[in-house]
Amino acid sequence: MSEKVLMKGNEALAAAAVRAGCRFYFGYPITPQTELAAYMSKKMPKIGGTFLQAESELAAINMVYGASSAGARAMTSSSSPGISLKGEGVSYMAGADLPGVIINVERGGPGLGSIQPSQQDYWQATRALGHGDFRMIVYAPSTVQEMADYVYLAFDKADEYRMPVMLLADGLLGQMMEPVVLPPEKKNLPDKPWATDGHKGKRSHNIINSLCLQADELERMLIERYKRYDRIEATEQQSEGFMLDDAEYVIVAFGASARIARSAVVQARAEGIKAGLLRPITLWPFPNDAIKQTIEHAKAYLSVEMNMGQMIDDIRLAVNGQRPVDFYGRSGGMIPTPEGTLDALKALVQKVGE
Amino acid sequence: MAEKNKVVFQRPQSLLPVQTHYCPGCPHGIVHRLVCEAMDKMGMEGNTVGVAPVGCSVMAYDYFGCDMIEAAHGRAPAVATAVKRVHPENLVFSYQGDGDLASIGMCETVHTATRGENVSVIFINNAIYGMTGGQMAPTSLPNQVTQTSPYGRDVTTAGYPVRVCELLQSLDGVAYAARVTVDTPKHVRQAKKAIEKSFRYQMEGRGYSIVEVVSTCPTNWGMTPQGAFDWMRKNMLPYYPLGVYRDVVADGYPSIREAAAARAAECPIAQKGVE
Repeated sequence: MSEKVLMKGNEALAAAAVRAGCRFYFGYPITPQTELAAYMSKKMPKIGGTFLQAESELAAINMVYGASSAGARAMTSSSSPGISLKGEGVSYMAGADLPGVIINVERGGPGLGSIQPSQQDYWQATRALGHGDFRMIVYAPSTVQEMADYVYLAFDKADEYRMPVMLLADGLLGQMMEPVVLPPEKKNLPDKPWATDGHKGKRSHNIINSLCLQADELERMLIERYKRYDRIEATEQQSEGFMLDDAEYVIVAFGASARIARSAVVQARAEGIKAGLLRPITLWPFPNDAIKQTIEHAKAYLSVEMNMGQMIDDIRLAVNGQRPVDFYGRSGGMIPTPEGTLDALKALVQKVGE
Repeated sequence: MAEKNKVVFQRPQSLLPVQTHYCPGCPHGIVHRLVCEAMDKMGMEGNTVGVAPVGCSVMAYDYFGCDMIEAAHGRAPAVATAVKRVHPENLVFSYQGDGDLASIGMCETVHTATRGENVSVIFINNAIYGMTGGQMAPTSLPNQVTQTSPYGRDVTTAGYPVRVCELLQSLDGVAYAARVTVDTPKHVRQAKKAIEKSFRYQMEGRGYSIVEVVSTCPTNWGMTPQGAFDWMRKNMLPYYPLGVYRDVVADGYPSIREAAAARAAECPIAQKGVE
């Protein structure tokens, strides 16, 4: 039985990544994810791994591209402005069907923004981190334990589907300390017969590539890749329900804001409002199935986010006009309070009840 | 017919028997052959990974028989860095043009060099963006006419060309930097030796190396292949003189580490870890 240790979220991410078999970490300094790189710089040299502080985020993500091409489990981490720079490399990884894990410990934006926690990169993570038609699986942990568990899972899913996987956290989760049980050291990593690690004269040469100048051929490849995405949408949705079974007012919130929303739900129930929380754990694929299960008894939905309203789009798509969907959030690095959330919920109850 | 034919020249084993997409008279074909001859001489095809980013050589993965990676524009050195870190026993080279290496990828170029990564960079400098149809490159000469310098490169607004070997030779991580060309049999042989040395130094763990090949682009220069070589000899070679710009072994050091420590002899902290 593994023992419980007290760790910062950023450190738990790093420790669990190492246990998932990650031996190649490439990063560039940025607040508020610095503990992650610091952990890797201490740990990697002692276990025969590589910590490399790259010259830029562009270089770092392309090092992930290279290490992944060579068959290794590789990771990079950054925070919002740095993730924008990684967009190019992630698009190339998607086009070349390369696995890899990208961690975004979000801060306020746009531009240089603030260094306080935010969830302002939801659209970027779930829609368009880079150019072209592609998807990433996006995990949104809400505890330090989940930071460890989902980065661990992210490596497996990246390899299974040969695609980049993002773990979307925020400065609050990255900096907070909680007890965590770290996952066991992973043995028997999957074979990668496609890797460019030298053919040794035993096979024809492998090519890692995202270029395809024949439009019909490229379209065919995209259609094939989207079949994989369809499979992921069908099988990889994850969410958690809290007091959801009979909820008339469903708060949807992920990550750190879900922790706050949960307090608001408890208080609402104490005041006689049948509230519940649906917490998406995968942001892509979005837990459409779980949302749809609530529609029958739900009167309205409230999206609670640390941004100006982004995930609300996905909730509306899932609800498809059958129920009203409202938004409450704080942005720029401000954090919503349980009281503010409860007030927003009460306002929604009143509006819908009228 | 009893006498045995002696093979004096043939396609290198690691150069795939396919037609390339390169224009007639393009020196890429010669340089590809030299890279493959060097690979074959070391018996390394099965343990080599090449990285070709965006440019005319972007489809080099169809020509080199070793494992190949196509990388984003300018990022080949970063990709090669990681490929080498994962499998240090492999021979890893990037094959880059001037826009790729000296413009969009200059940051990766300089930092891969200064880290002293054990990789080989084959750099084709033909003073123009070939694939996109002849735009001004970071190495386009003053007053050189290109699609985006139609009145000639005006150094008062477009600045001056980058001399890559001269720039990189000052970095402690560089074990070998040489500038060659492939316009004559003699120069081809010199180029081959330089590529071989670069690969050998890499496998001996001496540090980063770069072989700059001063080249031509008959198509986008609007010249015949021979006319292009004449123009290159007349204009490019005086600006980009051939030669060895750094060779740590010739300087008397086993690798970049000893050379760097000696250069910083007055700096005590820089001596740590070096015998």
